[in-house]
Amino acid sequence: MLRIPCPLCGERDYTEFRYGGDARKRRPSHGLPDLKVWHDYVFLFDNVKGPHREFWQHVVGCRQWLVVERNTATNRVEASGLARVVLATREDATL
Amino acid sequence: MTPSRRYSAFSLARHALSNAPWPRAWRAAEPKSSYDVVIVGGGGHGLATAHYLAVNHGIRNVAVLERAYVGAGNVGRNTTIVRSNYVLDGNTQFFEYSLKLWEGLSGALNFNVMLSQRGQVILGHSPLQLDVLARKGNIMRLNGIDAELLDRGQVMRLLPYLDYSAEARFPIWGALLQRRAGTARHDAVAWGYARAADAQGADVIENCEVQGFLIRNGSVYGVETSRGRILAGRVGIAVAGHSSHVAAMAGLRLPIESHLLQAFVSEPIKPFLDHVLSFGAEFFYISQSDKGGLVFGGHIDGFNNYTQRGQFPKVQNVAESAVALIPSVSRLRLLRHWAGIQDMTPDGSPLICRTPIRNLYLNGGWCYQGFKATPASGWCFAHTIANDEEHALNRCYSLDRFARGAELDEDGVGNWTYKQ
Repeated sequence: MLRIPCPLCGERDYTEFRYGGDARKRRPSHGLPDLKVWHDYVFLFDNVKGPHREFWQHVVGCRQWLVVERNTATNRVEASGLARVVLATREDATL
Repeated sequence: MTPSRRYSAFSLARHALSNAPWPRAWRAAEPKSSYDVVIVGGGGHGLATAHYLAVNHGIRNVAVLERAYVGAGNVGRNTTIVRSNYVLDGNTQFFEYSLKLWEGLSGALNFNVMLSQRGQVILGHSPLQLDVLARKGNIMRLNGIDAELLDRGQVMRLLPYLDYSAEARFPIWGALLQRRAGTARHDAVAWGYARAADAQGADVIENCEVQGFLIRNGSVYGVETSRGRILAGRVGIAVAGHSSHVAAMAGLRLPIESHLLQAFVSEPIKPFLDHVLSFGAEFFYISQSDKGGLVFGGHIDGFNNYTQRGQFPKVQNVAESAVALIPSVSRLRLLRHWAGIQDMTPDGSPLICRTPIRNLYLNGGWCYQGFKATPASGWCFAHTIANDEEHALNRCYSLDRFARGAELDEDGVGNWTYKQ
């Protein structure tokens, strides 16, 4: 069972969470007319085999969105943090 | 294929009398320095492509490069179901063409792929769901594909072992039956295509991992492999499960995420499940293999990964679905259980197409429908590579369909790979 460490609730089964996809993707600014940028944001994935930074929401716990670093080749979770903290302060820093 | 290598009742008798070992089904080919076409990936699709390149297009100077051994990938990790009950134009015609190729495949390959057209039943659990199935059946019949709508009484006669009690969690209102659907022997498909391609001159090279692409002026001219550099006029990628990983070596980002789909086989029991069944209330499907094991599976795990190890909650979900539908299987034990890596696309449909790099072609994004597509996929991919243009059957499976708003979202769930 994949277990995810929630900074507020502790380590829990992944079934308590909702998966939110690649956390390194940046949503284009609202109203941007360049459709290629939107296409790439919506449809293309790096889909890496290895360390992957991704969103999870602790829907049946604290309901916070997290940024989790998980290795997609092993499912080993290396680190996690609150998304609002991570994204506001140190987007690409070590969690 | 030389007459001496053909499989037949005569060759069986001759080998039985001679007591000599059977010859290899295909050569252990060494890589040459260059080929007209190199196919990356020796699974069902890649080997079928090599076969149809020779048969349909006369292109025989072909290598199929397989990282491990033939049958090691998803062609040996599926639930062997073959069907053509789709709704959207494009999918309907493509998968029906595939089923027609399946129907003649054992003869065409001189290899018994053990196609068993035992029929597939999709159950409907409400009047509304039966309406949806009726629409699907009508679309199939308008395309010349067999489909029969069954009411509850007909389903009870056909499948007496389902739960029809008042306590059934999901009451059965009827079903849609495609009699020509069924199963095939997955390994035989890989071996049959490998043997047929080899007999026509293609080199099937196992234990040869592609580690990079040789690209000059936006055009590919070969591959770097674990067994040296191989030049190629054209290169096709057919590595579903790892398409993103391989395409990234050519600098491509794809509309694909890799997800796990789990499959299960029970201990063998006497024959009782004569069809392929699909539960309408949950993602669950089941059939019985020739060895007697129940072969079944559910939906993908729900987050991208490459581990080939499924998560337990899905095991529970699938087991609960099995018992809700067929109470008599509740005490069966699992014999085997595995997870396959799926290329999941945002619309649930595959890619058989050219790429932005000249002479580089892509076959992937199979979601969980790759096995049934194998013959038509190879047929169309061979056409696309030979003519540098998609065939009418796979024009809808281009890379630019998302930018054009031409998605083929069969289930209508939106741009979420993990919901397809």
